[in-house]
This record gives sequence, structure tokens and C-alpha cells, in this order.
Amino acid sequence: MKGLGAPVEAPKWVTHALVPAINLALALLVSGLLILALGEDPFAAISILAHGAFGYPEAIGYTLYYTTNFIFTGLAVAMAFHCYLFNIGGEGQAYLGGLGAGLVALAFGHWPAPIVLILAILAAALFGGIWGFIPGWLQAKRGSHIVITTIMFNFIAAILMTYLMVEIFIEPGQQAAESRDFESGAFMPRAHDILAAVGIDAGHSNLNLSFILALMCCVGFWFFVWRTRWGYEIRTVGQNETAGVYGGILPSRAIIVAMCISGGLAGLVGVNEILGAHHRLLLEFTSGYGFVGIAVALMGRNHPIGIFFAALLFGALYQGGNDLAFDMPSIKREMVVVIQGLVILFSGALENMFRPRIEALFTRRARFAPAAE
Amino acid sequence: MTASEDGRGASLSSGAAPPALEVIGIEKWFGSVHANSNVSVRVAPGTIHGIIGENGAGKSTLMSIVYGYYQADGGEILVNGQSTNIKGPQHAIASGIGMVHQHFMLVDTFTVLENIVLGVESGRMLAPSLAAARGELERLEREYNLEVDPDAIVGELPVGVQQRVEILKALYRGADILILDEPTGVLTPQEVDHLFRILAALREQGKTIILITHKLREIMALTDDVTVMRGGEVVAQVKTAETTREKLAALMVGRTVLLRVEKGEAHPGAALLEVKDLSVNDRSGLPRVRNVSFSVRSGEIVGIAGVAGNGQSELLEALAGILQPQSGRIHIKGEEISGTTARGARNVRAAGVGHVPEDRQHMGLVTSFEACESGILGYHRDAKYNGKILMDYAAVVADVGRQMTEYDVRPPLPRLRTGAFSGGNQQKIVLGREMDRDPDVLLVGQPTRGVDIGAIEFIHRRLVAMRDSGKAVLLVSVELDEIMSLSDRILVMFNGEIVGEVMVGDANEQMLGLMMAGERQAAPQAAAP
Amino acid sequence: MGDPVTFFVLMIDAMLRVSTPLILASFAGMFAERSGVVDIGLEGKMLGAAFAAASVALVTDSAWLGLLAGIAVSVGLAMIHAFACVTHNGNQVVSGMALNIMVAGLGPVLAYSWFNQGSQTPMISEEARFRPIHLPYADRLADVPVVGQIYSELMSGHNLIVYIAMGMVPLAGWFIYRTRFGLRLRAVGENPEAVDTAGISVSGMRYRAMIVCGILCGIAGTYLAIAMNTFFVRDMTAGMGYLALAALIFGKWKPLPTLLACFLFAFVQALEARLQGVDIPGIGIVPVQAIQALPYVLTVLLLAGFVGKAIPPKASGIPYAKEK
Repeated sequence: MKGLGAPVEAPKWVTHALVPAINLALALLVSGLLILALGEDPFAAISILAHGAFGYPEAIGYTLYYTTNFIFTGLAVAMAFHCYLFNIGGEGQAYLGGLGAGLVALAFGHWPAPIVLILAILAAALFGGIWGFIPGWLQAKRGSHIVITTIMFNFIAAILMTYLMVEIFIEPGQQAAESRDFESGAFMPRAHDILAAVGIDAGHSNLNLSFILALMCCVGFWFFVWRTRWGYEIRTVGQNETAGVYGGILPSRAIIVAMCISGGLAGLVGVNEILGAHHRLLLEFTSGYGFVGIAVALMGRNHPIGIFFAALLFGALYQGGNDLAFDMPSIKREMVVVIQGLVILFSGALENMFRPRIEALFTRRARFAPAAE
Repeated sequence: MTASEDGRGASLSSGAAPPALEVIGIEKWFGSVHANSNVSVRVAPGTIHGIIGENGAGKSTLMSIVYGYYQADGGEILVNGQSTNIKGPQHAIASGIGMVHQHFMLVDTFTVLENIVLGVESGRMLAPSLAAARGELERLEREYNLEVDPDAIVGELPVGVQQRVEILKALYRGADILILDEPTGVLTPQEVDHLFRILAALREQGKTIILITHKLREIMALTDDVTVMRGGEVVAQVKTAETTREKLAALMVGRTVLLRVEKGEAHPGAALLEVKDLSVNDRSGLPRVRNVSFSVRSGEIVGIAGVAGNGQSELLEALAGILQPQSGRIHIKGEEISGTTARGARNVRAAGVGHVPEDRQHMGLVTSFEACESGILGYHRDAKYNGKILMDYAAVVADVGRQMTEYDVRPPLPRLRTGAFSGGNQQKIVLGREMDRDPDVLLVGQPTRGVDIGAIEFIHRRLVAMRDSGKAVLLVSVELDEIMSLSDRILVMFNGEIVGEVMVGDANEQMLGLMMAGERQAAPQAAAP
Repeated sequence: MGDPVTFFVLMIDAMLRVSTPLILASFAGMFAERSGVVDIGLEGKMLGAAFAAASVALVTDSAWLGLLAGIAVSVGLAMIHAFACVTHNGNQVVSGMALNIMVAGLGPVLAYSWFNQGSQTPMISEEARFRPIHLPYADRLADVPVVGQIYSELMSGHNLIVYIAMGMVPLAGWFIYRTRFGLRLRAVGENPEAVDTAGISVSGMRYRAMIVCGILCGIAGTYLAIAMNTFFVRDMTAGMGYLALAALIFGKWKPLPTLLACFLFAFVQALEARLQGVDIPGIGIVPVQAIQALPYVLTVLLLAGFVGKAIPPKASGIPYAKEK
């Protein structure tokens, strides 16, 4: 029997920082062994990676540019997770978000910049949200398994985008299926331009104002999930649907709201990519970001602070990985994808193998401490 | 082999054949719960032996140990006089023990034949196994008069027939000792009678049958001997012919320490909760509440007594707006409460009803939330906690903190995780939340389950205080002493119906125990002998 | 386009070849799901098997060793999934996703490291592939109208794995419905408690189901690499694993309907090439993407309950933990 209410459980930092760190360490350990097996020195690899991610201004820029995408998709997956839903559809939702942003840019690019950009951001969130809404509605009202439907919607999105780009938006006379370039009013301001205006030379990278948008989303996410009644309802349904019904909450409403917001967040990747980096509509700009979001959400334990750091880590891996592939030709870029998979494996699937034992180490000690009154 | 010609009253005395089954000194702990304490039972061969007791008495645990599903922490099992170590269901089956579980262990998509053969197939290929089984099955059916179509899909069979399949499964595996765990819970009266005939026939054929039940009628109608269990212990083992229902009922509910609460007279006023002809099915469609009518007036506590599983849970959930009734009407302060199940709980709360659910961990709280967040469950949209968009977290913490102090929750830390509180304190959090809004009607289920003595006293006093301030309280509890100590008026539920109504002054344990075990009240508010 | 019979024969011929990996993968998923384990990782197993088969076939010049390698890798991945989900009650979806992503990355990395040709393996020689098998008299009957065409084009001339895939329905059907293993497999997926109380090990059954799943995915991946093509290239499965899952759901976890669903999806894919730019009366030119999207859209409609109900094995996706 527990004492007079004395908490006999692991302190928060163990669950939220130590366990993810250990999971990451395991993933890196396995990766390191792999690098060794490929005939390279893991420690050298890490140092090249670190330098490639943070060693010079351009690197930092690109790292943060990738981080932006991973924040969006990580938050998206996390929002769905709070309702105990698996949104695997980040890729498709990001794609649609890009479409939305691109449409506004093509149609209204000649309007003054702030207005176009705000409209485009809203459009990206809207399009992504719709792409999340449909599977969410199907799950809530028809019981369709959201994992399968979101995977299907990824493919449908890719096919849809191919059609639109090839048949409708392609710039005549071009080989690649890309639209015309946007007017400059539809460009998300690049970081190095902003910093140059203040006299800082930040190298030339894709980093743009979307990064700030991502940070704002982190803050907004926290407030929404933990400080609003809708977030409360989503969390309750996710943790204990029976208690939710007891509390007068409609599970179907919670599911749909969670998926809409989730899709909308993923859709903002389109802002970073289409408006911030490429300045035109094109294909395959999502390149796996949706799936990284799963790793980021799992590592970050569905909390914006954890997600930020996990996103930063993966951003560094992506950017550093590029440099690494350059310097150590035997390690391809895809090594990062392997690490990603290992992180998901250890943080997600094998969680039950490690977390209870690690937490037990801390609770056993607590039990011997005198019970507080 | 039968021990006597007519089968009834088989002797338990030594000298005759050894007991078909004997357990000596069985001990079993589940964490800190002492489920079986020094349990010893002797079952004579060729008899029907009943084990009766309320929920939590330890009967199912004991039989699960005999069947090898659990391992006892201490004690011995003897089958036909031989000490046997039963390490798993395979061993039990090999020793001739077969079990028909309360929740059938059948694969709904399989045929009867496939279910029978599962686990004891005679080879790698199915066809020869099934053919052999078919022959054996036909033989068993004829011998024991248990008719089932071997090719029927089990999921499509009525429940009574499914049970027959379970019995055939055990017989097919060569069971000489058949254990049935609460077999009649899901049967219609006709199916029950049919089952009784089957069991009697099995006994004629020399099988030994152990019947686990909480229903007196079954014990008296069918068994030769009966063991009464209570609180994990055996309190009596007698020959059925030598006992009466009243004595059994008394043994079943026992004389636990009564926590009498200081209570003044009740002064009931107008009816605040009225229930008319309410029928409720559970989530799998089975009728659980059948045509129930009653009312609860302001200033009174109405207690619903009964063994768990007789419809009280579904009744509470229907009243709280969580489960949709099939028919009937519910009035709160004169207003009819309707609406879809989805909005139901919100409507009901808005009408001035508080609900302390039976299962606080799975329904009343979210154990992973901070206590202050659990403390607003159901009321999280209230204006006092919310601005236009954001929640006023400080107000939530302050309000729940105040509740926690008022309701003696220890430690009164609103930011502590709900799951970290002890059972009693969790219950007080729920109570505080539901009672703090001064509801006119309070629905309370199992308020002191898993709660320590000090908290029990506190909770009881608060419930009486509610009643004294003119509220209507509906109390559902399986603890008879709690019912008797708190209620002004007692209703007994059995099998989904109200089988009796007594003023607390006229009630005693035997009378209530009889009703709880299925005996209808002889006359309304009859005085106890 | 030629006469309708030829067209028909060629279409079906293509469909058979395209559907082979799909059939094998969806039957692999069938075994897993029937035992109660959700396996999103069909994609990863196929890809891993493809890589292993291509590499080993290249190095040893033997198709059979390639097949063995493919199966070994696929079974290995299946065992990781089983370890995470059955032994440690991990989240089955997350585990499947993790393995898919890992393999997607590992393939190109190893390919580049070992063979230095970008993200693909070098082409294997003809000896190292599965060769077409010609049925007796196929040449001579080729000119016989209709029947001869069907025999010589459609039925003869496929490689071994295609024939195995076509035989999956009777094979799997036999396995699942006529053996003791199959009975217990189905029972575990519907009511693991019933199996447990009968004294059979639930996790044992699930591990065995995952082994079968691994074997079938291994054959599928091997086919992709060294029978249908001659090399491994990154992402060569291109979502086929998920499509196989969709076909399984479409086929309601039963052998024959699943096969037909695979045929349907494969037919649609074969149609895609033929219908490009073709004007259909009344509809106009059907965009190729519409046909490409058809399998996915159909699956969504099925899941939404608009094309019949899809009822999975009752215990699917729920880790089995013995109740107190």
C-alpha cells in the first residue's frame, strides 16, 4: 500500500529526459557499429557530422531550415498522439499544404508581401488540415483504421500532385514538372537577408522566416494542448476514452479536431519549402519529412520542448549527414534514415523493454526514503 | 462411479471412496490482496458440490488454481486422493479436471467441432482429427443428452447452446470433474432449467460437478454439498439437505464490523429522481436492467444492495447519461432527461446531478493527469475555469486545491499525478469534484471500494451531510454493511430487477442476503423473524 | 492493338507477373494478422529481402542462394518485429514503421558501400535470375487459336516464383484451414484467451506466424530483385507492401478474395500503361494518375464501409497480456 499519498514514482526528468537520451544513445550505438562495419571510424564520422551541422554559418542555416520542417511534422504527429491516434499521413498533408501555399502564391503573388504570405500560410494549414480531416472523420464516424487510411492518403496525395503539376501547373517548355517562379511578394524572407540587413553575415542557406513560425507553433501547441478546454478534451479521450464519455466529452469530436490540427501543422511544411526554399511549386519536396516527424514526436515525447530538440537533432543529422556523405563517401546520406528508423524502434516499439527498468531504478530508491506527510 | 443409488446426499464421511477433489490450505496473494486464505474443501465423487459466496469471496480464484490457470502460493491439491501438482491447464485436463468459464473460451468464427478439437487435435492434419472428434462427439451427445450440431458456427448459437459446447469440450477431454463458474449469469430461465437437467444427468453418469455461484436457488435446487466462502476464507461446508437458505444467506454476508455512522432521522421531501419502467441493455446487447421503477426523494439516501453483476452498474450508467436505456423514463427534479448518449452525461450534470462512478480508475479519473485536471473532469468547460480561449489554470489549481483540503485529500497537492494518490484519496478527489457543485441528486457507486478505514468514515459522513441538507442520494454498493449503515431505504437488485424494498429500520442481513441471492420479498416491508 | 484475344492474353500475362509480389506479400500479412499481429512492415521486409537477394545472387551467381538470403533477411526482420511486439508488448504499428524506415535507409547505404554504384546493386547475370519455365508443347501450341495462345503465353513461360504465387491460394488455404497449425493460428487471432486456457502458447503461435510471414515476404522481395528485375535499387518496392496490406483488407483476410484483390490492383496497374492517352467514348482521356490512384481509393472506400464491411481477426493489434 502506498504511503499517505507520498509519490512513489520516477521524477519527471527521468521520464522526459533520461529515457529519451538513453533511447537515442542506443540508436547511435547501433549506428556506430554499422559505420564501423562499413569500414569507417564512428568517432570521426560524428565529428564530421557535428561540424557539418554547426561548424559554419551556412551549416547552421541549413540545419535550422531542416529543423523547421521537423518541428512542423513532429508537432503534427504529437497532436494526433495526444488523442492516441497514429497520423502516418504527414507526407501527404505536407504535400497538400505546399499545394495550398503555392496556389495562393501563383494567384495572388502580386499583392503586397505580408498579405500574400499570411494568406498562403493559412491556405497551407487549411489544405493540410483537410487532408488530415478526412481520415480523422473516417476513424471517428466509420471506424476506419487511421493508420491505413493515412498511408493511403499519402499515396493519393503524391498521385494527385503529380497530376496537377504535370497537367496544370507545369511551366510550358520545361522538362521538370514545376510551376513558374513566384513573384517576390510570395517569398518567405530568407534569414540571411534579414541578418544581412542588421550587418550579420550568415552565409547563404534556405533558412527563412518559417523557422519563427515553427517556434510560434511550438508555443501555440503547448497552450492549446495543456491550457484550453479543447486540448483537455483531446488528451482525456486519448488517455482514457471511458473517462471522457463520463465527463460528457464526445470522442468523435476530439478525434476530428486533433486530426485537423495535426494535418494543418504538417501542411505548414509547405510554407517552409514552397514559399521559403523553392519559390515555385514542384514535386517531391516532402522527401520523408512526414516520417521523420514520427521519430521526432516519439523522441520528444509529444511535448514541444522535446520536439524542438529532437527536431534540431534530426536537422543536424540531415545537414551533417550531407556533409558526411561528401567527406566519407562510403557512408551515404541514407545513413540518416537508418538512424531515424533506429530511433523510432528504440523510442517507440522497444519502449517497454527499457523504460520500466530505468524508472524502477529511481522508484526503488524513493521507496526507501521516509514517506512525506 | 456413483457413490449411492439416488445420487443425492452422497456422504462426505471418510471410509468411502476418496474425495474426487480435495484442496488443503490453499493460499493465494495478488499483490497485497489475500484472495485465498487457508482454503480447504473436500468434494465427494459423483456429487454436485456448490461453492457460494459474494464477489471477491475467492471462489473464482480457487477454481482457477485448481484448473492450473494460476499457481497457488501454498497448499496442496489432491485428485482422487493423489497429491497432484497442477502447473497449467494441460495438467488439469490430464488429471481429469475440466472447466466451463464464466466468459466462454470459444472461438466465435469456428464450428462446434473445431472448438472442441482445439488444443487436443490428434495430428498435424485437421481432417482426421475432426472426423475422429465427430464420432466421439456423437457418442458423448448421446450418452449425456447434450445435443449440439457439430457444424454450427459457435458465434451464431444461442448462449445456452454455447455453454453446452463448453461442457462437451470438457467431457471430450476426459473430464471426470467438471467445474462451472457462475454458469447461469447469461442464461434465460428455460436455459437454466435445461442446464440443471444436464448437470443432474452428468451426476447420474458418475461425474463430479463443482458449481460456483452466488445464487441460493441453484444451490438448494441442485447441490448435494455446499461450501460457503467469504473474504477469501471458507466459512462453512455442509450438506445441502441439512441447511436452509436463511442460514446460507447469513453465512454468505456474514457479520463484518459495522461502521455505523452517526445519523439522525431522515426527513424526505419531494422526489428529485424518478425512474419509471427503465430497461437497459449492456454494450453487447444483453438486457441488464429489466423494467425498474423507483424514486429518490430529497433528504434521503436510497441504497441499492446486490451482488455485483445484477444490473446495478448499468442502472447507474443509464442514470448518469453514459449508457442509453432501451425504454423507460428518467425524471430529475420533474424534468425528463433525454438526449443522445453522447451528450447525455453533460445534460445530466447540467440538470444538477453528480456522479461518483463505481470504477474511479477507469471512469472517474484520468490517472496520468495531474490531480487538478482530474478534478475538473466533466466540469472543464465551466466559466469559472475558462476565458474566451485559454483555460485559467491558476483558477483550476486553486479551486481543486480548495476541494482537496475540504475533502481531506492527502497530500493536498493539486499538481501531483492522480495515479500517485492512494485509493482512498483518489476517491475523495472524485467525491470532492462531484459534491462541490452542490448537486441536487448524487449518484454514488461503490464509494469505499479499496479505501482505507479513515477515508471510509470521512466519505460516509459527507454523504450523510448531503442528505441532511436536502439532497437525494442514490447509493449502490456490494458492501451490505455500508448499505445498512448509510441508507434510509434499501432496494435489492437481483438479475436486473428490484426484488425487494425495505426501510432500514426493518432490515436485517438475513433478509437482505436472501433477496440478494434471488429470493423475492415475501411481503412488502415484512418484518424479520 | 491487335485482336481482342491477344490483347486480353497479354494483359492477363502482365497482370500475373505484376501481381506476384503483391500476392506473396499480402499472404504474408495474412498469416501475421490471423495470429493477431498487425504488420505494417511488409514493405521493409520485401525491400530488405530484395537487397539481400540481389547482393548474394550477384556474388554467388546463383538465384537459389539469392532466394535463401532474401528469406533469411526477411525472417530476421520479422523476428525483430515479433520480439518488440509479442515478447515486449510494444506498439505494433510503430515497430512496423521503424523497420520500414530502417531498411529504406540501410539498403542504399550497404549497396553503395559494397558495390559502389550509387543506391543500386550491379546487374546480375542471366544465370543468377529465375528463368522462365516453359511448359511442354508450348511452342507447338502457340498457333492454335485462343486455347493455344492462352496455354503458351499465359500459362507457360513464367518463372518459378510466379507459379508459387499463383499456387498460394490452395497452398495457404490448405495450411490455414486444413492443418492443426492453421486452426490454432486462427484461434489465436480471434480469442487468445481460449488458446491460452487450452494450454497452447500464444506467443509461440505468434512467433511461428511471423516466421511464415517472413518467408513469404522474402520470396516476394527476391522476386522483385532477381526475377522481375536484375538489380536492387532504393525504394524499389514503391509502396507495394502497403498495397498488399490494402489487398488483404480488401480480401477480408481470406485467401481467395485476397488473391482476387491482388489481381484487381495488378490489373489496374497493367491497364495504366495501356490506357495512356487512349480516348474512351463517353469519358474522354482518362488521366493515368486516376488509374494509379484507384487501388488506394478503393481501399479507403472499403475501410469506410462503402464497399462492404471489413472485419479483422478479433484480437488483431491487441498485445496479449494475461489478466490478473
